[in-house]
Amino acid sequence: MEAQAIFDMLKGKFGDGVVELQREGFSPAFVVVAPAEIKAIARFLRDDPSLAFDSLMCLSGVDYKERFAVAYHLFSLEHRHAIGLKAMLPRENPSLPTVDDVWPAANFQEREAFDLYGIVFEGSKDLRRILLPEDWEGHPLRKDYKYPDFYHGIKV
Amino acid sequence: MEQAALALMNAFPPLAGVPPWAVTLLLIVAAAVVILVFALTFEGVGSLVLRKVAGDIQARIGPNRVGPNGILQFLADGVKLVLKEDIIPANADRLLFKLAPYFVFVGSFAAFVVVPFGVGLIAADLNVGIYYVMAVTSLVVVGVLLAGWASNNKWALLGGMRAAAQIVSYEVPVGMALIPAVLVAGSLSLQDIVRSQEGLLGIFGWNLFHNPFTFFSFFLYFTAAQAETNQTPFDLPEAESELVSGYNVEYSGIRFGLFFLAEFGDMFIVAALATACFLGGWNVPFLHAGTLPWIWGNLLSLGVFLAKAFTMVLVMMWVRWTLPRLRVDQLMRMSWKYLVPLTFVNLLGVSLWLLVFKGKGIPGMIASLFG
Amino acid sequence: MTARPDALPTQEMTINMGPQHPSTHGVLRVILTTDGEVVTRAVPDIGYLHRALEKIGERVTYAQYMPFTDRLDYLASMNCNCAWAWAVEKLAGIEVPERAEYLRVIVCELNRISSHLIAFGSYTADMGAFTPFLYAIRERERVNDLFEMICGSRLTYNYARIGGVSGDAPPGFLEKTKEFLDYFEPKIDEYNNLISYNKIFVHRLANVAVVPASEAVAYGLTGPSLRGSGVPFDLRKDEPYSVYPKFDFKVCVGAGERGTTGDCFDRYMVRINEMRESVKILRQAVAQIPDGPVLAKVPRVFKPPVGESYFRSECPRGETGIYLISDGSVNPFRLKIRTGSFVTMNIFEKITRGLMIADIVAVIGSFDIILPEIDR
Repeated sequence: MEAQAIFDMLKGKFGDGVVELQREGFSPAFVVVAPAEIKAIARFLRDDPSLAFDSLMCLSGVDYKERFAVAYHLFSLEHRHAIGLKAMLPRENPSLPTVDDVWPAANFQEREAFDLYGIVFEGSKDLRRILLPEDWEGHPLRKDYKYPDFYHGIKV
Repeated sequence: MEQAALALMNAFPPLAGVPPWAVTLLLIVAAAVVILVFALTFEGVGSLVLRKVAGDIQARIGPNRVGPNGILQFLADGVKLVLKEDIIPANADRLLFKLAPYFVFVGSFAAFVVVPFGVGLIAADLNVGIYYVMAVTSLVVVGVLLAGWASNNKWALLGGMRAAAQIVSYEVPVGMALIPAVLVAGSLSLQDIVRSQEGLLGIFGWNLFHNPFTFFSFFLYFTAAQAETNQTPFDLPEAESELVSGYNVEYSGIRFGLFFLAEFGDMFIVAALATACFLGGWNVPFLHAGTLPWIWGNLLSLGVFLAKAFTMVLVMMWVRWTLPRLRVDQLMRMSWKYLVPLTFVNLLGVSLWLLVFKGKGIPGMIASLFG
Repeated sequence: MTARPDALPTQEMTINMGPQHPSTHGVLRVILTTDGEVVTRAVPDIGYLHRALEKIGERVTYAQYMPFTDRLDYLASMNCNCAWAWAVEKLAGIEVPERAEYLRVIVCELNRISSHLIAFGSYTADMGAFTPFLYAIRERERVNDLFEMICGSRLTYNYARIGGVSGDAPPGFLEKTKEFLDYFEPKIDEYNNLISYNKIFVHRLANVAVVPASEAVAYGLTGPSLRGSGVPFDLRKDEPYSVYPKFDFKVCVGAGERGTTGDCFDRYMVRINEMRESVKILRQAVAQIPDGPVLAKVPRVFKPPVGESYFRSECPRGETGIYLISDGSVNPFRLKIRTGSFVTMNIFEKITRGLMIADIVAVIGSFDIILPEIDR
């Protein structure tokens, strides 16, 4: 299915929840959605038989200097088509609902986005730091991250 | 021993004044020292042979730096172990921690006393030889459990518990598999068992060929005994890749050395018992070792015995480097569901055979056909 | 089992299968809660090897990032190098000469063989049979010799470049590769006879940690782990890239050979069979490789156009997906590497419930995880 067709289908179902389609220079194309609708849209994308996006290829946090985003890359094993979803978030208290009950593969990747960007996934079954130690301060992949001088008294 | 002491006192007039019990004691200690030296040498050289055999099977050369072709490697290892720092973990139970290796070593070494090395070469020909070996090798369980508990380490504890479960479970098939040899010989003494296999042109006198049930007994014994000595495929207690060396993980230096040596000692005991009970022991083929002059009889029978025992040890090493490891529940299942019933059936079979054929084995019956 | 009212109280034990452990394939820490020998909960704790590769990517140029991808999965270094090269070429629309693509496929498949050899060797070593590990290392030495011929290095190769490969194959390389293939192909049967169908080995692996196909897809398993569950999806066949469409090979799928589809044995056999298929691909590649240049003309100061792209390739441990965002400058704006091992760890806690401690080792080995891929 073409990206435009998927976008039209989603727009028809979720109206204002679906914001725009990023196509030129984006491979695969991204459907930008409102953060609050992400769980409903994800469930629809997985369960609808003509879409059948049963595989979450990649979930990443992004820091576009003015705001954050969470990018989802989805793939359907049955129809062999791929689409991207993107949810734009403000820089202060970025948070959005989790999709780990739709695709369990999301859990570790959401924890990584939380760990490195500070994006909170509401309703996640397990949201802890994953790569960094539990007591690390700050979120390193942010563009305005300041490297700490000391960690537990050790010069970093 | 006492007769030997009296004979010695009669032969050497200067000793006549010494009380007989002192000479007996001296002889006993001398015999123990000889056995200890043999055990330690075997264990040292055995570890080297193990590594060389491993190298051969694994397409590499084993140790080859210390001494020509690496033959002094075990001395280097021994010296290294002795010189290592003696570390006892902070919260470990100090007394039990120190005591455990001795239990294990004694459990293995004490069994050397009844091993029939030759016609007249046995440290103590106890009339309950087999029974004694079974009892004394069970001391190892105590030592392993102590080591696992006293190390104050969960991995060691797991290893110790697994080892205890394994060794105790396999005691039953080992004992049951040895009984057919006892039944054929009519005695628990190891020298009697070996003597019952003499004649009939050497190899055909072996208990292995006596009847089909003793033939199976040999393989059952060998398998179960390999589990007793914690060799792969039954080496869960020291499963290096799971428990990081199991119950002896916190041991270093000569304490670890004692565990290590005891393992090789156990291997030799298993091989020696298998040889004595099933493979004809020290019986020299085509000859009656008892009728030869004292020195030749002993030397030849010692040579034959050692050759057979070392071959069995090599087979154990070969199996060790070939097969993967059984999981603990599969291990237990194999012992209780397969080996124990098989050994019981075997025992029944041997008893019936001896009853029906009045104690004669197949080679004996074939020989009597030809007169 | 009903609990008796007068039974002795038992306690669950919490054991740490620490970062230093012979079987965890790297610095993986698993916190086990066990009831005796049975595991009730196994929580993985990762991050001991986190080197901030994604942050580094935002500070170096596209060409300078190539050596970092070596360390992403050091056992399949060529695959990661080429994945990065293909991802950047997709973003920037660079055309790679055909000989370079063939060379990339040859080294990627050779590295797949050597990576699966290590997976096979270390798995059997974890199971207690130490010998096959050394045989695997012996074969891997020959592959390392081939790599040394082509790029000078035996472990981290840094061989691919944006637009091609760093150097052409020296004379004799293709002949030596063919010799290696002739030597290696019968060895796979030898290993199957030695260990793969050994009764003890099969008993350790069959019916352990069965992952049904639907769960495998939902939990994001990829590569041999996914195919072991019966899902016939291989990126080289289903989303082909580079010159893979020109080769004829089978997709190896687990079929419940000795137990249930999706158990550890199936995942193990998929890897063994994949080695055979790699040999097939290599023979075809060595026969078909054309002459020509090995590096396209890429500007020295390389600035790809603004945009975002996602490229995934089939690495021995799963699919390595690279999500690249470019803002037109010499450094990537955002670089996210999605590795097979990291997403595979999602299923670890679920699949290990109720297994024994010895089986935890079997599970870790069957998923063939490697820590640098997980931690980046």
